[in-house]
Amino acid sequence: MRAAVIVFPGSNCDRDLAVAFGQAGFSVDMVWHKDDRLPEGVDIVGVPGGFSYGDYLRCGAIAARSPVCNAVVEHAERGGYVLGVCNGFQILTETGILPGALLRNAGLKYICRTVGLRVETADSAFTGGYGTGDVIDIPIAHHDGNYFADDDTLARLRGEDRVAFTYQDNPNGSRDDIAGILSANRRVLGMMPHPERAADPGHGGSDGTAVFRALAGVLQPA
Amino acid sequence: MKARVHVMLKTGVLDPQGEAVRHALTAMGFDKVEGVRQGKVIDLDLAEGATQADVAEMCEKLLANTVIERYEIEMV
Repeated sequence: MRAAVIVFPGSNCDRDLAVAFGQAGFSVDMVWHKDDRLPEGVDIVGVPGGFSYGDYLRCGAIAARSPVCNAVVEHAERGGYVLGVCNGFQILTETGILPGALLRNAGLKYICRTVGLRVETADSAFTGGYGTGDVIDIPIAHHDGNYFADDDTLARLRGEDRVAFTYQDNPNGSRDDIAGILSANRRVLGMMPHPERAADPGHGGSDGTAVFRALAGVLQPA
Repeated sequence: MKARVHVMLKTGVLDPQGEAVRHALTAMGFDKVEGVRQGKVIDLDLAEGATQADVAEMCEKLLANTVIERYEIEMV
């Protein structure tokens, strides 16, 4: 079971994500943004939070066009698993792997606190460790987490059961309270909240651990 | 040769920064402002022979996120 965590200039959750994968039993490679391919045999790519390229132009815009992101897109198109958290979610929308975009928070403030999330679907390798309807506590830390998609896209996400998490008390103006979404093949998850920051009792909560354990269960070699 | 690209949020996409600017203007006493939308201007220095189509491709692929933004190109 191998995970690759991408490191951009300005990433700051890369090590946290690597530790969370490691604790779930993955061997983890850190991959620099200038690499144009992923290590052989990678099962899942983690795109971490942070401020890649200083959020220049738009959050995630420059990172999405970096050499390694072409490899991440190819990995996703081959049916590989990808987890994008926070800036990672922004990057995945900028690549087009996931639909929609993340706008400036409606209240204009950077928000850093633990929020309640409702698990909207347990039908994915990421959320299979929860029950649909469970409420979990996961930290958010973002300025641009206001999920936007047009009406048709929102209807498609709902119709295909691709909304993974919603906010209990919408902190940022996201349409339909959306905190995380899945790709059509359910193998790519992008989410603004940070499960890797709730993956150890020392974090003050460990509700995020189930994401990594569930992935390990699905990707475990038979 | 130069091009100037204007990037604006699409109509209907919430612009909280523009809204904050509107609030500030109103608070300062500028009571004739009914709405503010904030965008970006990007100036490009281009090599000879570059066309508007080249700039449009740059907009589509990087300079604008067409999910939320529209763009206009001025060749100058």
